[in-house]
Amino acid sequence: MTLNTKPVATPAPAQRNRPGTNDPGPGRTVPFREKWADKAFNITAITILTLSIIAVVYPLYFIVIASVSDPNAVYEGKVWLVPSGVTLEGYQRILADSRIWNGLGNTLVYTVLGTAISVTTILCGAYALSRKDMPGRKILMLLFVVTMFFDGGLITKYLVVRDLGMLDTVWAVVLPGAVGVWNLIIARSFFEHTIPGELREAAQMDGANDFTFFFRMVLPLSKPLIMLMIMVHVVAHWNSFFDALIFLNDDTKYPLQLVLRNILIQSDVSSTGTTGGDIQSYAAAQRIAELTKYAMIVVSSLPLMIALPFMQKHFTKGTMIGAVKS
Amino acid sequence: MSRILARSTPAAPPTPPTEPTRRTPLPLRLKKVARSWQLYVLLTPALIYIAVFKYWPMYGVQIAFRNYNPVDGFTGSPWVGLQHFIRFVNSYQFGQVVGNTLWIAVLGLVVAFPIPIVLALLVNQLQSERFKKFTQTVLYSPAFISTVVVVGMMFVLLSPRSGLVNNAIQLAGGEPIFFMGSAEWFRPIYVISDVWQNAGFSMIVYLAALSGIDPALHDAAKVDGASKLQRIRHIDLPGIMPVVTVLFILAIGNLLNVGFEKALLMQTNLNLPASEIIQTYVYHAGLQQAQFSYSAAIGLFNSVLNLVLLLTFNWVARRANQATLW
Repeated sequence: MTLNTKPVATPAPAQRNRPGTNDPGPGRTVPFREKWADKAFNITAITILTLSIIAVVYPLYFIVIASVSDPNAVYEGKVWLVPSGVTLEGYQRILADSRIWNGLGNTLVYTVLGTAISVTTILCGAYALSRKDMPGRKILMLLFVVTMFFDGGLITKYLVVRDLGMLDTVWAVVLPGAVGVWNLIIARSFFEHTIPGELREAAQMDGANDFTFFFRMVLPLSKPLIMLMIMVHVVAHWNSFFDALIFLNDDTKYPLQLVLRNILIQSDVSSTGTTGGDIQSYAAAQRIAELTKYAMIVVSSLPLMIALPFMQKHFTKGTMIGAVKS
Repeated sequence: MSRILARSTPAAPPTPPTEPTRRTPLPLRLKKVARSWQLYVLLTPALIYIAVFKYWPMYGVQIAFRNYNPVDGFTGSPWVGLQHFIRFVNSYQFGQVVGNTLWIAVLGLVVAFPIPIVLALLVNQLQSERFKKFTQTVLYSPAFISTVVVVGMMFVLLSPRSGLVNNAIQLAGGEPIFFMGSAEWFRPIYVISDVWQNAGFSMIVYLAALSGIDPALHDAAKVDGASKLQRIRHIDLPGIMPVVTVLFILAIGNLLNVGFEKALLMQTNLNLPASEIIQTYVYHAGLQQAQFSYSAAIGLFNSVLNLVLLLTFNWVARRANQATLW
């Protein structure tokens, strides 16, 4: 369910001289001086963009410094630009929390298994649908596309999963959202545009059937697409919580995001040691709990943030294929 | 992008058959089908997926017109006609829930939809390639943070006692606000956080469209003395209009579905008057109170409304001679 929410259409602009800039390119001269209106525009544009960058970055930065600061300093509003009273207690508490580790383990299982299933299904299905000589292609494609515009809704989906006996199993997390039709369309148009028909004919002359051609020729030629699909699904599985929320009751099977939700949002502070009965120690525990939340946000987002520059390259490369054609 | 959509979306009623009816004789066709069996095998997993998790729930939607009981299943339960719909329309929550849904959807369209376009136009005009890339990467990174963590961040940053925002308000001499616990703050927070998280990601699509505009147009306009603002208005904007229209129609088509998970996460008992939308209501009534038929009816109401909106806007776009989905 959560796998196809975000259309994967993120091609970065080309690297040549950009149409809007005044950069005339090598060997040419600027025909006239920049007008004051353009200067004013540039200043406004840079100001707006700089402010947006700050608006995006500061909350993240604040979370990081708050996660290593003395909770009292954060509480009193003394932390703005640098951490104060550096402590790693928040991180220590997370590392000691078995729910986090358990959730992380579950997420890894769901991510690996779910990605494998989704990517395999999508690649095979998209390739078949990309073959113009497959009889019934149009009708089959229509069957997929219809599901983008109409679906049976949450309740009936839940009942189907229940009737299949999948509640509280790994399959309930991994299967119901396995194939995003949007991703299927992107993969299909990749195959249509990168695998020349002549190649197939040549392979068939040499005795290759559809299976051998697909596995021996098409897949090795589709590395950017495969990378893209893997990444899309890894990110989606890492971040998803909703299917787990509705299909799992057993909290030992909860993925990391659901554990996070229970601690961050539902403020379930049971494990943060509210042992003392008096108000003071309760307040202290409360503050430590807040500190833990900051650390938890950092820990759970860090893997994807570190991987972002690497992933962005693939997202960009991969989606040029799918999104823009001219 | 528009082309993929144009080809792959279901045919609208008035579309005439493009191919003349040239039928190959049946035995020949069967032979062709038999020869392509390997392609069908490749497609089978994806077909099974949509059959089980898309079409079976669609088939199950009939429980909206029945009194579902688990023993008799989807088809065996007794018919009750429109009873559940009537009950929903007459319920005291109907006005509030539908109102909240429309409010969030419309705010999302009016506020959150144009911002990525503006950002893309500004980024596209930047002279420095490096600043351009940097801006893109930074603005795009929150899309990789999970909804759970974003909402968790809102809870800690907006916390009335220790949150960053309230510390700033107090520093400026104001009274702390209990953001997450007040109905009137729900919508602004919802929309702002949505922009924070997704604007950069959506921006990339428009940037790709902008990079497809012929640089000669800009050069010609520069020679004629057009300022940047004029070029944006007369070249860039018309140039990306087809993409804008298609994304707008898609946004309309998803109007009532977007952000359901986030609304659910942001819900507290105190902001319920503003945060209960159709989908969260379906979740509560259906899965938490097990009123399967009643909430399936509400879900169906939502889906049909969505489909009607999509068809209407696509029709309007066609009349206005803009790009359409089909």
